Amino acid sequence: MTVHSHISTEELEEIILLVRKQYGYDFGDYARASLQRRVIRCMQKAGCLTAYELKYQLTNDSRFFTWFIESLTVNVTEMFRDPAFYKELRNNVLPKLASYPTIKIWHAGCSTGEEVFSMAILLHEVGLLNRARLYATDLNPANLERARQGIVPLQNMKEYTSNYIQSGGIRDFSSYYTARYDNAIIHKEYRKNLVFATHNLATDQVFNEFQLVCCRNVLIYFNRTLQNRVMTLFSNSLSPLGYLALGMKESLLFSEARHQFDVVSPAVRIYRSKT
Amino acid sequence: MNECKAVVIGGSAGSIPIVVELLKALPEHFTYSVFIVLHRLKNVASSMDMILMNKGNGILVEEPDDKEVIQGHHIYLVPQNYHLLIEPDKTISLDYSELVHYSRPSIDVTFESVAQAYAGSAVGILLSGANKDGADGLLAIVGAGGTAIVQDPATAEYPVMPQAALDRNKRVLIMKPEQIATFLHALND
Repeated sequence: MTVHSHISTEELEEIILLVRKQYGYDFGDYARASLQRRVIRCMQKAGCLTAYELKYQLTNDSRFFTWFIESLTVNVTEMFRDPAFYKELRNNVLPKLASYPTIKIWHAGCSTGEEVFSMAILLHEVGLLNRARLYATDLNPANLERARQGIVPLQNMKEYTSNYIQSGGIRDFSSYYTARYDNAIIHKEYRKNLVFATHNLATDQVFNEFQLVCCRNVLIYFNRTLQNRVMTLFSNSLSPLGYLALGMKESLLFSEARHQFDVVSPAVRIYRSKT
Repeated sequence: MNECKAVVIGGSAGSIPIVVELLKALPEHFTYSVFIVLHRLKNVASSMDMILMNKGNGILVEEPDDKEVIQGHHIYLVPQNYHLLIEPDKTISLDYSELVHYSRPSIDVTFESVAQAYAGSAVGILLSGANKDGADGLLAIVGAGGTAIVQDPATAEYPVMPQAALDRNKRVLIMKPEQIATFLHALND
């Protein structure tokens, strides 16, 4: 039986305020339509019919909040999602990065790490992994904990293998992981240059300089104000002529930072800092 | 021109010829924003936008980017591998969350969002398909005061989806594809 949870626009604002004041997570500039849908989904899972019940739980139970934050944020990801994007990286972006003595890449909003593992495999195949440092950040500690273990659900590997092959991969994809029960564990040698840390794009600052920033399908959950903030953050985090990779339907066109970037690959949304 | 009215069309298996037929039948100066949600495979190159590109009787068909401002006299094809939602300020919000009814895009997700954003100014049309996506979404559109149309299952290549919507909703109009085309024509008058 489905729980028919309901939350009004005003109640949603009250929940956002409560979460900010009590726990310090700021969802104030998240896109409302998707956020409201996520909150209702959490309420259904938790059996909360009204916003009052949700507020009561959030106020009085910090463990409930931990669960809420983990369920609220979208943690859907894939290895080699959008094979055309990885093909472009392999053929046209990574060769340019090869000239740097150390290649620093930031995966912002890395979720459970699938895209980071994909990048590490790609770097390995073009012989750059030893010189690369991959910084992967997310606001959700549970995601990072999972990502640190290098675990991917085994049932997804068939699809990921197909993605990998479409992206131009020619090796045996199963050589990158060990299957154990229901999981695939990415071999340690492909994870040794990965650093996972919490970072909240809504509130945190620049922490390093990168030649490539990957932030795919994260900005879609933000409103334009927050998108502009994050684009400035990325711009300030990129080395001169550094690359920025967004999701296939995320455009710089609506951002104030659009003048600071050149379009490198319009079809797969890769941009390059002008300065 | 009233830019705050929407027609949203959901279809799955067996729906593409009908979608093409409906688009071709749209009046040249159709003022509504049209959203098309079709179940599609992910991570394979899709040419759906090309298939529909010039079918809109002169109306631009596009796969919108996130945050695009919704306009009247436009046809928006929901992009592969995203759910599409509509913000209160009538901009597009894409979403890459869990599959709904094994689908992303899901018809329910967009229908429910259209119901909230357009209320009584929404027309939802559900076509042929082989699962139950869209039934809850049509309920939301009717509940918000909009109009719900279901393709007559007898005319659908895969009747499961329209039938599921009929079982779930009593207040829907059942139409053959050519009747839907006529209805859309009359909307604009």
